[in-house]
Amino acid sequence: MKLIKRLIIFLVFLNLSNTLYAKNPSALINEIVDEAASILSSDDPVESKIIKLNAIAESSVDINGIGMYTLGKYRKSITDEQKSKYQKLFRSYFLKSFSSRLVDYTNPRINVVSQKKINDKYTIVNSILEATSKRPQVKIDWRIYTKNPDRPLIRDLIVEGLSLARTQKEEFNSIIQNNDGDINALFKTLEEFLIK
Amino acid sequence: MNKLFSILIIILLSFLGNIAIAGDDGKIKVDGNKNNNGYEEVGDCFEKINRGVFTFNQALDKVIFKPLAKGYRVFPQPIRSGTSNALSNLGNVVTIPNNVLQGQFKNAGVNTARFVINSTLGIAGIFDVASYYGLKKRDKEDYGQTLGVWGAGPGCYFVLPILGPTTVRDSLGSVVNLIGGDAWYNVSVVNDTQYFSEADYYASKLLDGIDFRAKNLESFDSLENSSVDLYASVRSLYLQDRYRKVRNIDKTTETLSDDDWEELDSQ
Repeated sequence: MKLIKRLIIFLVFLNLSNTLYAKNPSALINEIVDEAASILSSDDPVESKIIKLNAIAESSVDINGIGMYTLGKYRKSITDEQKSKYQKLFRSYFLKSFSSRLVDYTNPRINVVSQKKINDKYTIVNSILEATSKRPQVKIDWRIYTKNPDRPLIRDLIVEGLSLARTQKEEFNSIIQNNDGDINALFKTLEEFLIK
Repeated sequence: MNKLFSILIIILLSFLGNIAIAGDDGKIKVDGNKNNNGYEEVGDCFEKINRGVFTFNQALDKVIFKPLAKGYRVFPQPIRSGTSNALSNLGNVVTIPNNVLQGQFKNAGVNTARFVINSTLGIAGIFDVASYYGLKKRDKEDYGQTLGVWGAGPGCYFVLPILGPTTVRDSLGSVVNLIGGDAWYNVSVVNDTQYFSEADYYASKLLDGIDFRAKNLESFDSLENSSVDLYASVRSLYLQDRYRKVRNIDKTTETLSDDDWEELDSQ
């Protein structure tokens, strides 16, 4: 009886601690947006900004998950060796394109407005990139992977309803398809992009 | 009339291509089949030609449209906002009939009221007075979207010189503008009124393009710099955008199916 009692107390405690430490997806976005804004508005040299932005991406984005998603149907037919090569290439490609996209913004203001849990694995966080004198306001939604509630990770950015992960997937698939399904063509393209 | 004829020829050709080419390639689906992500798969029936036209458009953009958009950016913000408002107000003459055709009667009413108020009190639409009275701006609608709402599939994707990406359905929608569906086209080009001329219509279309390009200068640059196949990226973005517009979807949770991600998790 004592053992059951202890077990119940332990389980209740475990559940409580999970609730206390689980990170809210909106909080994750607020946190990284603030961090990125402070980096971008600093006087640091561009190289230093890129290193710091990449560190944010490494800790808050599911780069491997996005990489496999963007392979589409081809992820089922690649060998383990190709998979490992692709993941390395994709990580470098992602970080390079991510930081080069962001580094031109001096002080982006993004406000989180709401969030909606789709299921246990995904929550969509809705935010607004405030308008500047150069462009109108932009709706940005974040697909957050919450399978591990203690470490939610970003899997997609949906800008004005357009999914960047889906766009990337169709871009990669087009390269492979136009080379008779040869994944090495994608590797070559990514390598060329990285040395540009 | 010649222009109308050319457009009809292009559309007829694309229909023919749809039948002749798609049948040869099992990878291309042109009948609006849904893939496992809930989207309709749209065939790129003339990809080689499309890529050529796309390259031509890119060159034209670099030489003409991008510099014009940069020059337009030099104007003070209130002037650009006023121009954008006036062009958007003019767009209501196409949006309102499409609201009706899609059964969006409330939106048709709001857009009509906005058009009347902004054209008069807002001085030809330069000032968005209607928003001040609580009549907030609604999404644009066009005949391509209406055909989609009525159940027409997109057909082949193709790229037109200067005008850019489109589908058979969207091109047919554009033809409707030229055969009486666009009141602005009717009063400026078709009917010889003393108030407006053809030049006004084409100037408004050019300005609309420049205004759009100016608003997206940075995002286009960013896409260009980070893309490994720009043509495929633009095609994907165009088709996603049209999919969302035809279904009048505003919320991301409604646009995305989780199937593809779910499949990834289970592997």
